[in-house]
Amino acid sequence: MSVDTATVKRVAQLARIAITDDRAEEMRGELNTILAFVEQLQEVDVEGVEPMTSVVPATAPLRADKVNDGEKADDITQNAPVSDDHFFMVPKVVE
Amino acid sequence: MSDLLNLTIAEAREKLAAKDITSLELTDAYLAAIEAGNERLNAYIAVTADKAREMAKASDARIAKGEAGALEGIPLGIKDLYAIKGVHTQACSHILDGFKPPYESTVTQNLWDDGAVMLGKLNMDEFAMGSSNETSYYGPVVNPVGLQEYGGPNHGGRGDVDLVPGGSSGGSAAAVAARLCAGATASDTGGSIRQPAAFTGTVGIKPTYGRCSRWGMVAFASSLDQAGPIARDVRDAAIMLRSMASYDAKDSTSINRPVPDYEAVIGQSIKGMKVGIPREYRMEGMDAGIDALWEEGKAKLREAGAEIVDISLPHTKYALPAYYIVAPAEASSNLARYDGVRYGLRVDGDDITDMYEKTRAAGFGDEVQRRIMIGTYVLSAGFYDAYYTRAQKVRTLIRQDFEKVYAEGVDVILTPATPSAAFPIGDQSKADDPVAMYLNDVFTVTVNMAGLPGIAVPAGVDAGGLPMGLQLIGQPFGEEDLVKVGAVL
Repeated sequence: MSVDTATVKRVAQLARIAITDDRAEEMRGELNTILAFVEQLQEVDVEGVEPMTSVVPATAPLRADKVNDGEKADDITQNAPVSDDHFFMVPKVVE
Repeated sequence: MSDLLNLTIAEAREKLAAKDITSLELTDAYLAAIEAGNERLNAYIAVTADKAREMAKASDARIAKGEAGALEGIPLGIKDLYAIKGVHTQACSHILDGFKPPYESTVTQNLWDDGAVMLGKLNMDEFAMGSSNETSYYGPVVNPVGLQEYGGPNHGGRGDVDLVPGGSSGGSAAAVAARLCAGATASDTGGSIRQPAAFTGTVGIKPTYGRCSRWGMVAFASSLDQAGPIARDVRDAAIMLRSMASYDAKDSTSINRPVPDYEAVIGQSIKGMKVGIPREYRMEGMDAGIDALWEEGKAKLREAGAEIVDISLPHTKYALPAYYIVAPAEASSNLARYDGVRYGLRVDGDDITDMYEKTRAAGFGDEVQRRIMIGTYVLSAGFYDAYYTRAQKVRTLIRQDFEKVYAEGVDVILTPATPSAAFPIGDQSKADDPVAMYLNDVFTVTVNMAGLPGIAVPAGVDAGGLPMGLQLIGQPFGEEDLVKVGAVL
């Protein structure tokens, strides 16, 4: 399978990465090189094989349903590019 | 060069305990070496000299009181992907500009709890995506092994060019090789500990998935990422791994089993151990030198009493293509968090979507953008089963290959670590074709796909005098076997 420039632009939009026409064109070539490389997986017989879900057999541990962290609004907002009174500030979303 | 810098971790530990030297003297020697050498190498991207001296003094006080920990007073470098409270932590990306975490990663906390001293943060490929350290926002790292001032073979006979240290843990490997730290933390998603270790003549251990906590490590591909050490010899790597490894309730994939004293197995006999040689690791286009070193490695282990057996891992060639679906898929999801809202860079836009798109376009480098794009594509509607589900099925087959040979009694597997020695910075054939760069990890990536432990140890030098490494692959939680056999090589 390969991608065209329109697909590159659509994927960039899904990935929320602004892309110029020139870059989309370059990226088309780069992505197709990678997609051509992974194409060889199609020759593997995977009939009846379970997809891997956990690389080391283990059961997910459970913990008590209790609050064990929090009350750290200062810590959480201290790295924000823009914040105000423990709120993350973003451009207006709702008119 | 100060004699202090030539001490391994094990030797320094002894001299510190005997009070022949102080941690402050040792730390000052490293800080002076960084001051003198880092401009050329670019291994450190942040040096925390004041913090280092403070930690060293505290170590000296603990040694005086007889309360020394396992790494007391040992100066270490930390890969920039480990969160260090209040210190530069950006995984060498522009998008995390100015980020200083209000928390500490579990692995580094374990090191500080054992008395280690932090010298600073080490350069790496951006978000650990790369095999040459050239994708770092902070620029490439120069491999000291090519430089005459570090006893190198005059650029390995390759003319007046600087060589890469490998990646993604290129800063870690270069700093260890150039004596700019006693040892370093690193991380490995497809070969990022073992390949740079091989390129710099150092030792790197990628432990079993779940052996070290991933909490506080900047995530790349969560089902593959694992922390590990790069050090000067097998013993030092074993000492560091013991401190780094732990069970951690904050990482639900970390495994709750005791951490052995890896150092204790060094010097034990490997007589009767079964060492597998996979025929699929003899690749076309492989450096002739590495084949000879592989033979030498086999001979050494045979002499030490090990039994060498030929084995087959038939799905080996599919590990790298499967990796380039699974890793970008996980990365595209993990890196969705960098949106200009909670931390790091923000580029203003007309509305919130425009702000996201401009921030991510400006903040991520080319290689990271490529991988996010591939990941987004293979996970998108209509393609998920053809790519992602199929790759995860192939991954099951890769693990079954290993399970089969281990069930037949093989203890460890011996392979080359990389198909070639270090290459020049700016190598055009690799810059033009992303897949050519990816092939660096062809021998290491199988181990991540199967969740197994691996170690890279120096094997000798190629025709140009550059170091090359061999890799040992172990059974799940078989790190002691890797240390035991690695010490013989």
